[in-house]
Amino acid sequence: MWDWTFTFEILPVLARAAIMTVEATALGFVIAATLGLVLASIRLAFPAAGVVVTVLVELIRSTPLLIQIFFLYFVLPKAGFVLDAFTAGVAAIGIHYAAYCSEVYRAGFENVPRGQWEASIALNLSPWNTFKDIILPQALPPVVPALGNYLIALFKETPLLSAIAVLELMQTAKNIGSETFRYTEPVTLVGVFFLVMSLVSAGMVRMLESWLQRR
Amino acid sequence: MPGLLDGAVLTVEITLLGAVLAVFMALIAALAKLYGPLPIRWLSTTYIEIFRGTSALVQLFWLYFVLPQFGIFLDAFVVAVLALGLNIGAYGAEVVRGAIVSVARGQWEASIALNMSQAQMLRRIILPQAFTAMIPPWGNLFIELVKSTSLVSLITLADLTFKAQQMNQTTLKTVPVFTLVLLIYLAISLTVTIGMRLLEQRASRGLTRGRVA
Repeated sequence: MWDWTFTFEILPVLARAAIMTVEATALGFVIAATLGLVLASIRLAFPAAGVVVTVLVELIRSTPLLIQIFFLYFVLPKAGFVLDAFTAGVAAIGIHYAAYCSEVYRAGFENVPRGQWEASIALNLSPWNTFKDIILPQALPPVVPALGNYLIALFKETPLLSAIAVLELMQTAKNIGSETFRYTEPVTLVGVFFLVMSLVSAGMVRMLESWLQRR
Repeated sequence: MPGLLDGAVLTVEITLLGAVLAVFMALIAALAKLYGPLPIRWLSTTYIEIFRGTSALVQLFWLYFVLPQFGIFLDAFVVAVLALGLNIGAYGAEVVRGAIVSVARGQWEASIALNMSQAQMLRRIILPQAFTAMIPPWGNLFIELVKSTSLVSLITLADLTFKAQQMNQTTLKTVPVFTLVLLIYLAISLTVTIGMRLLEQRASRGLTRGRVA
């Protein structure tokens, strides 16, 4: 049923794959957090372009990430961009979550009182300086916990990369399974890894939240 | 195109059955967590945390590959509905719990004052009011469910995503195939959104909450 010797045999292999999973998560989230901010800022600065951003965000949020991963992986080479599986997959995850993050940032911007904008005009600050020095510092801290929750959600999506044969945790577990015909240990270990990481990061988000509230 | 539509039918089937299971599981788990005796409460919390803390794909593979080792042989379709329903149900449990807790205190007190039993109070007073508050978050969860169904293509089910890959390999018309598939998913998601909005309007009729229809 459960073979401990086999478990310790495959642990190092899975640990190496876990590094790949964490890398994909970190890179994907960097893309999501920055691109999301860019999208939200475009909406803020050019209401006319905002409609395009809104449609794009809704389109991304209501279609499966798996299809988006395939889309980038198979379609971009036709347009002359040859990407390896890892890059295409991470880019797809990053763009998918950028759509979610842009909504979070938008909520942050809307929470800044109007008076702040008016005062900046009265002080003769340029629009760029207003945004950079007055609005952003007030809009970002309250939404950090929400971003943290999307980081955890993004982390849980990385197994999808196994569909385009990126050697992250899930793919490695499947490979071990197909070689040894034992799926119980590798797949369960992957599950345990995700559960532990999710619980730990959820706890960290909660701590961050209380720390931000105390400031 | 006909091939894609076959796949879309399977996607919709899994979505509907998964949604039924998810709502059922969410209600059970939420009520167990709120009112169950301690062991039951523990069990429910464990279910919620495990299914929210691990990846939907890992859950799908676990049920698909590991259950047979315990002598439980399930059809891939059953595994798909089970995994997705249990996954969304765990998120739904928190939605249901939040909605029940958010019902105004006075309603609870009035039910006690009217000498209702706990079951009567839930059935007649609390749940009907919680129901309206739950509709928008459930709408989001059903969209998540539609999106998650694409994962079943990875356990050999011929859903829309599976058909898309198949057509991509046979016709090599990558851009039209995947664009079409994205549009079909969008149509399914929009149907869910519109359906939930109508439900919300119907449910909040006569209540001083929800959108003004």
